[in-house]
Amino acid sequence: MSTSMAAVHGSSPVPIVAHAADAAAAMEEKVTVRGLNFYYGGNRALKDINVSLYAKRVTAFIGPSGCGKSTLLRVLNRVYDLYPHQRAEGEVMLDGENILMPAQDLNLLRARVGMVFQKPTPFPMSIYENIAFGVRLYERAGKADLDMRVEQALRRAALWDEVKDKLGANGLSLSGGQQQRLCIARTVAVKPEVILLDEPCSALDPISTAKIEGLIDELKDDYTIAIVTHNMQQAARCSDFTAFMYLGELVEYGTTSKMFTTPTDRRTQDYITGRFG
Amino acid sequence: MTMMEHTIKAFDADLQDLVRVVAEMGGLAEKQIGDAFQALDKHDIALAERVVADDAKIDALQREIEEKAILTIARRQPMAVDLREIVGALRVSNDLERIGDLAKNIAKRVGALEGDFRPQQVLRGVEHMTDLVLTQIKDVLDSFARRDTAEAMAVWRSDEEVDAVNNSLFRELLTYMMEDPRDISYCIHLLFCAKNIERMGDHATNIAETVYYMVEGHAIAEERPKGDTTAVTNVPFRN
Repeated sequence: MSTSMAAVHGSSPVPIVAHAADAAAAMEEKVTVRGLNFYYGGNRALKDINVSLYAKRVTAFIGPSGCGKSTLLRVLNRVYDLYPHQRAEGEVMLDGENILMPAQDLNLLRARVGMVFQKPTPFPMSIYENIAFGVRLYERAGKADLDMRVEQALRRAALWDEVKDKLGANGLSLSGGQQQRLCIARTVAVKPEVILLDEPCSALDPISTAKIEGLIDELKDDYTIAIVTHNMQQAARCSDFTAFMYLGELVEYGTTSKMFTTPTDRRTQDYITGRFG
Repeated sequence: MTMMEHTIKAFDADLQDLVRVVAEMGGLAEKQIGDAFQALDKHDIALAERVVADDAKIDALQREIEEKAILTIARRQPMAVDLREIVGALRVSNDLERIGDLAKNIAKRVGALEGDFRPQQVLRGVEHMTDLVLTQIKDVLDSFARRDTAEAMAVWRSDEEVDAVNNSLFRELLTYMMEDPRDISYCIHLLFCAKNIERMGDHATNIAETVYYMVEGHAIAEERPKGDTTAVTNVPFRN
């Protein structure tokens, strides 16, 4: 499916940057959010969100705490479904199908849309099992096949060289940065299409952060990535598109190069230049 | 344009400091231009020598601006308008440094201007050009400090007037040289002085463009006004 940005956003209230025609035409919308509202009980946390995630591109969501960016991420693979009194209205199209429909197979959805959280969350089991567990959940794989999948995933997450001689060690024995890469490996192992990263580096030191950012750069060759971050420089460094959210609204969305140099909305400018509140 | 303060107050102080040094550099450049013309007009060798020596002060301020800008970028990771302001300060300081060099070049020529030939009409023309350029530089530096694009645009459009005076001086000097070859040396030096002043006006125009970019985030859409026709001017020789 290849839809031009103008067609989708023609009537959108969100200011959209006009991209060079060929660049926009070459991009495929992997996820399209339309008129999304989200409620925690009676509290409306997302207000009429319209945004697209382009295939093989990184989209960053920035904004002050409580602006709804993590909530938006949680809608994209319906993690919120695990909690009562939380509901989403509107459309979230993944390859043209609305994943908010009740008929949506949630296990399949979460295999297609993987998620990595702020704090590394390895399972309390061996490094090998941390990855094999997920693969076994979705596929019937033989021992040799499984070994290969584990190695591939660890290599993809740039962790293989550091753990190849201790695959039996507990995942929790790794350093924070390694644990986070293990979580990314675990996500990648089930061959998702979209990867959601919710502040993946906020608990990591600069070197581990740099490794994760390098990883994001490589992963976008194959996946559609959404990242929520409080670190503006991180958003500027590793994303292609940036969305600025405030008080549950999407204030501005555009190419990262435009958003961090000449944002259109005053609130975006105040936020990225450190003039907020 | 009023701007909200940064959450980190020291960041505002860094940016204000940068603007302050640019203003100081601009003030010094203006003084150098005025003094260079005085030295030329009054054939004051001592004043000319001082202008040549003082150029080092402008150069030192440019280095100071560069150091401050680099330090601020490294420490604050400025974004959007803040980043443009810092890049703007760097660009303006480059133009001011060049303006300083041009004033110095005028002062250097004072020593070479010998003899009694003092074409008052031409000198008054050069004086008029100097006044115009000084006003341009003063206004454009004000527009930089106040982030005032309207004022910057006014300077940007006013450069044609300087060009017009320069064109008429050029023709006049050509005529003097044809009339008496003994005046050629003086006229050539004066021609270069006028050219230097015209170039200062171009730098003021550069600064106006920088101010516009700094505030708006994009370049001025119009073509730059071009009034310098000296490159295609020819005065026929009459026997």
